[in-house]
Amino acid sequence: MIALLRRDLRLAVRAGGGFGLGLAFFLIVIVLVPFGVGPETEILTRIAPGILWVASLLAALLSLDRIFALDYEDGSLALLATSPLPLEGAALMKALAHWISTGLPLTIAAPALGFLLSLAPEAYGFLLMSLLIGTPALSMIGTFGAALTVGLRRGGLLLSLLVLPLYVPTLIFGAEAVRRGANGLDATGALVLLGAVTAGAFALLPFATAATLRINLR
Amino acid sequence: MSMWEYANPKRFMGWTAPVLPWSFGLAMACLVVGLVWGFFFTPDDFRQGSTVKIIYLHVPAALMAINAWIMMLVASLIWVVRRHHVSALAARAAAPVGLTMTLIALFTGAIWGQPMWGTYWAWDPRLTSFLILFLFYMGYIALWEAIEDPDTAADLTSVLCMVGSIFAILSRYAVNFWNQGLHQGASLSLDAEENVADVFWIPLLVCIAGFVLLFIALVLMRTRTEIRVRRMRALEARARRA
Repeated sequence: MIALLRRDLRLAVRAGGGFGLGLAFFLIVIVLVPFGVGPETEILTRIAPGILWVASLLAALLSLDRIFALDYEDGSLALLATSPLPLEGAALMKALAHWISTGLPLTIAAPALGFLLSLAPEAYGFLLMSLLIGTPALSMIGTFGAALTVGLRRGGLLLSLLVLPLYVPTLIFGAEAVRRGANGLDATGALVLLGAVTAGAFALLPFATAATLRINLR
Repeated sequence: MSMWEYANPKRFMGWTAPVLPWSFGLAMACLVVGLVWGFFFTPDDFRQGSTVKIIYLHVPAALMAINAWIMMLVASLIWVVRRHHVSALAARAAAPVGLTMTLIALFTGAIWGQPMWGTYWAWDPRLTSFLILFLFYMGYIALWEAIEDPDTAADLTSVLCMVGSIFAILSRYAVNFWNQGLHQGASLSLDAEENVADVFWIPLLVCIAGFVLLFIALVLMRTRTEIRVRRMRALEARARRA
């Protein structure tokens, strides 16, 4: 499992991987928002938590189709399926690799970009926390979506259509935690629920992902 | 003789052929009676005026929108466990009907909301969860359309339906957490003494019966069509080989 994780990470970092792509996309979206809504700091402060969350969600979405597509094309996915490692474990590792290559950099970059959107000073801790707790769920749900569409030649658009509704609870709890934090309210409830979504996703979706992969490899 | 024998495609075609006109006829009868009764022979509500009458479309449609998804979930489970092809086809057939019901509920709600709440749309938990349900239906139908091999499509959509159900319920409670609502409480619950005043309640029940029957009729008809499409494909494949 560790070997698989390291292989995936190495592939992600090398040229052609999606490593920098998500991060650059995140940056561009955040830079574009003030052009769209105007430079008044009060408005930006108010919408910053939501914008940061939506942008990181879209950035995570961007690299989802790479999770399985390349392995499916060159046959290494079939090898993984026949290897002694259970496919559930492989799915989990794929999600983890995706998180380390997109979710974690997004989390680390988010406070700097929050500065651009003049996020309320109290909210930085909550932003970091909620992204740290929430982005793994994005990767896991996305891995499931990628497994559903792996056999399709042009699955990218369909993948977003399938995955975005599944992202709703994560987005609500994540953005709500930051918003409450920014307004000086108690955000523990939102953070705990966000953690519950993540834990639930990691408990159930590896099995669903493995099942869909088996169907697609039949 | 078990209930599963009715799921054999040939038998299914056999028993649905006579049932179909009956369910359509009864649905039409119930809807005509319920809607005419509701629209013309019930008093106006003292606060909402005549707009209250949209309840006869809105509530049954919303009810069926949710129940259609539940039916799809059950059919998907049956397909995964017992691999009855008719079951997968029934789930496929129900999706567009459920989608339409969701749209009807959203539109009638918007039409009612404009005079009553002063807005067509509000980010109220109930409205929002219906919008999310709409997105789930779209994703489900799109996945069916995208995959060519019918068995793979049935398998994948079943998994999506199951995972989607969990997330749909989760979203329902998440939006509750996210925003307080404008929408009134449930108009239908089995344990309440009186849900709506009887003058509105009885025609509403007739309308609900009509929508349920209409849903059954539409799903049966669409399933029959799907079975025929399957048979056509099989015949074509055989003709090509010969």
